[in-house]
Amino acid sequence: MLSRLSAGAFKKAASVGASRSSTLLYGARSGSVRFASSKASGSSTLDSVMSSRATLASVSLFTAGTIAWYTHLYGSLPFLGEVHASHLSDEGLHPSKYPWSHNGWFDTFDHASIRRGYQVYREVCAACHSLDRIAWRNLVGVSHTAEETRAMAEEVEYTDGPNAEGEMFQRPGKLSDYLPAPYPNEEAARSSNGGALPPDLSLIVKARHGGADYIFSLLTGYVDPPAGVEIRDGMNYNPYFPGGAISMARVLFDGLVEYDDGTPATTSQMAKDVVTFLHWAAEPEHDERKKYGIKAVIIFSTLFAISVYVKRFKWGVIKNRKIIYNPPVDKTH
Amino acid sequence: MRLLKTHVLLRMLNSYIVDSPEPANISYLWNFGSLLGVCLIIQILTGAFLAMHYTPNVDFAFNSVEHIMRDVNNGWLIRYTHANVASFFFIFVYIHIGRGLYYSSYKSPRVLLWSIGVIILVLMIAIAFLGYVLPYGQMSLWGATVITNLLSAIPVFGQDIVELIWGGCSVSNATLNRFFSLHYLLPFVLAALVIAHILALHVHGSNNPNGVTASGDRYAFHPYFIFKDLVTIFAFFLVLSILVFFYPNLLGHSDNYIPADPMVTPPSIVPEWYLLPYYAILRSIPNKLLGVLAMFGSLFILFILPITDLSRIRGSQFRPAMKLAFWFFVVDFFILMWIGSQHPNTPYVEIGQISTAFYFSWFLIIVPLIGISENTLIDVATNKYKN
Repeated sequence: MLSRLSAGAFKKAASVGASRSSTLLYGARSGSVRFASSKASGSSTLDSVMSSRATLASVSLFTAGTIAWYTHLYGSLPFLGEVHASHLSDEGLHPSKYPWSHNGWFDTFDHASIRRGYQVYREVCAACHSLDRIAWRNLVGVSHTAEETRAMAEEVEYTDGPNAEGEMFQRPGKLSDYLPAPYPNEEAARSSNGGALPPDLSLIVKARHGGADYIFSLLTGYVDPPAGVEIRDGMNYNPYFPGGAISMARVLFDGLVEYDDGTPATTSQMAKDVVTFLHWAAEPEHDERKKYGIKAVIIFSTLFAISVYVKRFKWGVIKNRKIIYNPPVDKTH
Repeated sequence: MRLLKTHVLLRMLNSYIVDSPEPANISYLWNFGSLLGVCLIIQILTGAFLAMHYTPNVDFAFNSVEHIMRDVNNGWLIRYTHANVASFFFIFVYIHIGRGLYYSSYKSPRVLLWSIGVIILVLMIAIAFLGYVLPYGQMSLWGATVITNLLSAIPVFGQDIVELIWGGCSVSNATLNRFFSLHYLLPFVLAALVIAHILALHVHGSNNPNGVTASGDRYAFHPYFIFKDLVTIFAFFLVLSILVFFYPNLLGHSDNYIPADPMVTPPSIVPEWYLLPYYAILRSIPNKLLGVLAMFGSLFILFILPITDLSRIRGSQFRPAMKLAFWFFVVDFFILMWIGSQHPNTPYVEIGQISTAFYFSWFLIIVPLIGISENTLIDVATNKYKN
């Protein structure tokens, strides 16, 4: 539609005057007027610039680009940015964008990081947080070998049964078992955590606005509350958490875990690893998905290019035809 | 004679997509009909496969969706495709309607075609809403609660109707079950309406950018328009795969990955992006009943365009004032969409109210006024020419 907007449409619409109304009918008939904007108005440079379609498009692009740039830089729309429906602290501080190694189209997860992240989850997070949707088998070929995973599973006792006598029994875990939860039920979890329920972490990266960046910011963002902010007993201040007061205390401190691969376990290193692990837990299909994606983009770009060629080939005759109208000379209208 | 022209069924195929003469000058904006058809087919196919693994029960729905995402072979691909094509469905239908508005495709003799289209839009919105409830995340549950509660604004019968829809005293297992049933049934009703839409189209054929009859310059659907449609279909598949494979959750809301919990209300309840304009209109009216009426009215008002557009000229190609009015309407629609995503506070409420007022006055005042003034100007010019 935009392309069909005659070049000087805005200018014309603004300057519709008495003179124009009388030429309206002729304009529609003669045909020369239709293209007048690209030829006749070229008499003055300013005039042609003002009525060119390129000017219209570039001014719109420039405006949209400026607004987008400002919004990107400051995280809010210009002029309207000062207005907030609710207080900023109610929504939490906006997390920074971090350069995750799996961000790009051609990037898979850093699987060494997933393995370290699993260790952080197992030794730190798993004390309170469940990971219900991940089974031991999911770790095989992702962060651990089958033997390693089987050994880890066998360390956990699972209730199974009933057996032939109708009795439930305990047995070591198998690959098909799901990771054990720290609490048997919600009530137990709440009573151990001062009434707060530690959420299941299987989907946490997809279930929070800001995703991995938010979780990383939250884990590393614990600070003392600013002057004037009262935090109830048992709560902790974290500017990234909506409302600012979070039940979970800071858990990651330098050197808390000892990585098998010798990576120094700084707070940010552990946060990065556990977030990568949780990102994988939320999107286990991630690596495969991007591989599919590359194939799909190659296939559909090719098909698109071919279809454009075939269309232009088929339409070539129509696009190059010439229509001639010979008006009757002996008659007036 | 060729079988294609004599066989009782193939003859119809021939008449609709082989020999059908289409105006040579229709632009790429006329491709959105075929794109929408492709969307419907994708949705029905992926939906059928999703239904094979989905469990419509409040205790299992969320888990069954996660089962599809994690354990079903390529289940994530089917679900992400279904979810993202729903968005493209609306992008395309809005452009399709916008094309109709710009080129006055609703004008006689295509009033039936337009009216069926408006019914399709309303039904599509209903189906999309039902489908959004099925994963039974937080936004599913609370979206369903808010939207079904709107009907309680109906005087006298409101509460009874709402409870009839719920099958209980709140959104519950019964609600989820019937929503699943309807979400499977209604797309086939939609498909039937689409066939009616195409039948109605076939009587007078497509409109064209000039708005005058194109009977002097038509080309067969095959090969010209088959290959033209294919261009946009592959372009659509390309963009769709970028979304599905690289940004699958871009258009979704993160809260819907939290299992539904009737005891916890999310901080803000927002519908999917494509319903935001209507949500903004709903919230712009302080009175609940009037707000609900305005929301439904904003859809049904499309029906009256063939009556309120008084211009004798079809399409905006030769009507500068109408072009300007059209783009104002488009901008207004986007403003409403943005307002719908914001909390109902100053200044968003006021901007929303002005935009709502403009939305309705566009149909009821601006379009007829432009028509009347154009007709008058033409009359003045014609009389001057005659004398």
